[in-house]
Amino acid sequence: MTEFIQQLLNGLSLGAIYALIALGYTMVYGVLRFINFAHSDVFMVGAFIGYFAGEHLPHGTVLGGLAAMAAAMAGCALLGMLIERLVYRPLRGCPTLNVLITAIGMSLFLEYTGQLVFGATPRAFPQIFPSRVFAVHGLIISMNQLIVIVVATILMIALQVAVYGTKIGTAMRAVALNPKAAQLVGVNIDVVISFTFGLGSALAGAGGVLYAVNYPSIDPLMGVVPGLKAFVAAVLGGVGNIPGAALGALILGMVETFVDGSRWSTYKDAIAFAILIGILLFRPAGLLGRFTAEKV
Amino acid sequence: MPKPLIALVVAVAAAFAVSHYSDSIDPYYLDIMTGIGINVILAVSLNLVNGYTGQFSLGHAGFMSVGAYLSAAVTMLAGPRLLGEDGGTAVQQGLLFLAALVAGGMGAALAGLAVGIPSLRLKGDYLALVTLGFGEIIRVIFQNVDALGGALGLNGIPDYTTVFWVYSFAALTVFTVVCLVRSTYGRGFVATHDDEIASEAVGLNTTRYKIVAFVVGAFFAGTAGGLYAHFKLTITPTGFDFTKSIEIVVMVILGGMGNTPGVILAAILLTLLPEVLRAVDQYRMILYAILLISLMIARPKGLFNFDWAAIGARLRRKFRPERGHGTDA
Repeated sequence: MTEFIQQLLNGLSLGAIYALIALGYTMVYGVLRFINFAHSDVFMVGAFIGYFAGEHLPHGTVLGGLAAMAAAMAGCALLGMLIERLVYRPLRGCPTLNVLITAIGMSLFLEYTGQLVFGATPRAFPQIFPSRVFAVHGLIISMNQLIVIVVATILMIALQVAVYGTKIGTAMRAVALNPKAAQLVGVNIDVVISFTFGLGSALAGAGGVLYAVNYPSIDPLMGVVPGLKAFVAAVLGGVGNIPGAALGALILGMVETFVDGSRWSTYKDAIAFAILIGILLFRPAGLLGRFTAEKV
Repeated sequence: MPKPLIALVVAVAAAFAVSHYSDSIDPYYLDIMTGIGINVILAVSLNLVNGYTGQFSLGHAGFMSVGAYLSAAVTMLAGPRLLGEDGGTAVQQGLLFLAALVAGGMGAALAGLAVGIPSLRLKGDYLALVTLGFGEIIRVIFQNVDALGGALGLNGIPDYTTVFWVYSFAALTVFTVVCLVRSTYGRGFVATHDDEIASEAVGLNTTRYKIVAFVVGAFFAGTAGGLYAHFKLTITPTGFDFTKSIEIVVMVILGGMGNTPGVILAAILLTLLPEVLRAVDQYRMILYAILLISLMIARPKGLFNFDWAAIGARLRRKFRPERGHGTDA
């Protein structure tokens, strides 16, 4: 039983990180209807910003760690908005396929530029948060795991407030519902899309630092696998649906942790894709999504 | 004999002739020629799926790996039994290799059928993701099967691939795709690409077209995989990952989706590019990325998609200034 709860806890912290990435995918899909493949590499850049910021900050303190994370969030928000402005905006209104290919191109660009700038060899991520381990009734919770869960929860609550309680959040939902109608009632689409990219990328940046804290080896291709899995999580919950992304990420994190602990552990990376294929075949709108018929 | 068939026979004969004198060709150039031929097969077959039929697949490397492993298994397991200790005559080896390639292609086609039937109900980016997912699943499975070498891969594959085999199959691929798309039946591929709903409205079974395109594409990807395995002599699961699929996709997009001559040209260029850029190899993938983005923004129909009628009209105007002169203004 203790082992079960322990695995549940590990799954929770992994799922929380997936959730932070998945939210960015789902928000961009909500307003622009395309998969931002480059999102997983923004996540990677976030980890690297955290790495370089961490070098100049005191190690092993909560405040220093949070400061490194804030730097990563700010840097990633800027990067996300820049990518949208330079690459995706000229293609707005083009067929989905062209945008998709461009997104793949952007992803490759970030990955291989990263290899050129940071080098392809993995680097050890500094211990920016205090390294303490709590033992409660036989359960082992590391400070890192605790921070991941707490920070991810706070960020998700903040996102919920931003989307449902602010003017720009209302505008975002309006654009997601119907871009043309939103424009007609005076919503500035460019600002909203830019804001969406900024918000999503900031969450990915935070996710990058938290991921690196838990798996302290970072390299320019580190974003690919967690990024794909976070996307699967977004589809699982219903892409374009914010609570759905969080739910899907938690489920995926748990399932993966349990598979990792079983004798099927070498198939861990295939599980996410099997889930993806299953969900797309049997419930394409996702767990929380609503199915809509295609209009001609 | 119809023209395309003559072209096919001529191409196979030419491949045989070049192969016959391959001893007098520098091995380095021979390697590049082989690489080009394999990439032409991959790009032209993917063009049937991504270009003509408009179904964006990111799993071509996965099908290639099925063909590579299956054909290598055939030559490595059945080869010693059928050919005996001395390795058999050249003709026997050739027949075995042909059987291995066809087996690899059929295996890949079956995989394509298995992937295609469920996933082709999806569209656009979802389909891209599911095919990517299948490609990755295939890779993870190969990594876990110890009989196929696991993560270390398969070694000691016999050296059967020659210019003859590669270019015969390249010619066969081009022949099949061109004839298929030009046939009455094949108009349905382009119709599915142009407007799925309208095609269904006039009674075309678009799902069937998509599956046929997928299976034919996978078959040739499988043979390309077999050729690749018997050319490199060692294969690993990671050699057929997502990056390889992207490479093939770049060829198709650069050449122009649904433009076979353009895609062939792009496959040749993109195989030569790394050789030319050997000194700056670390920039190769960055270059690919910039190429993809700028193409999509500036020339979304591919580099070699020219409007010949418009170019001809402009040239005629240029070289015959006496006509229409003065009325232009």
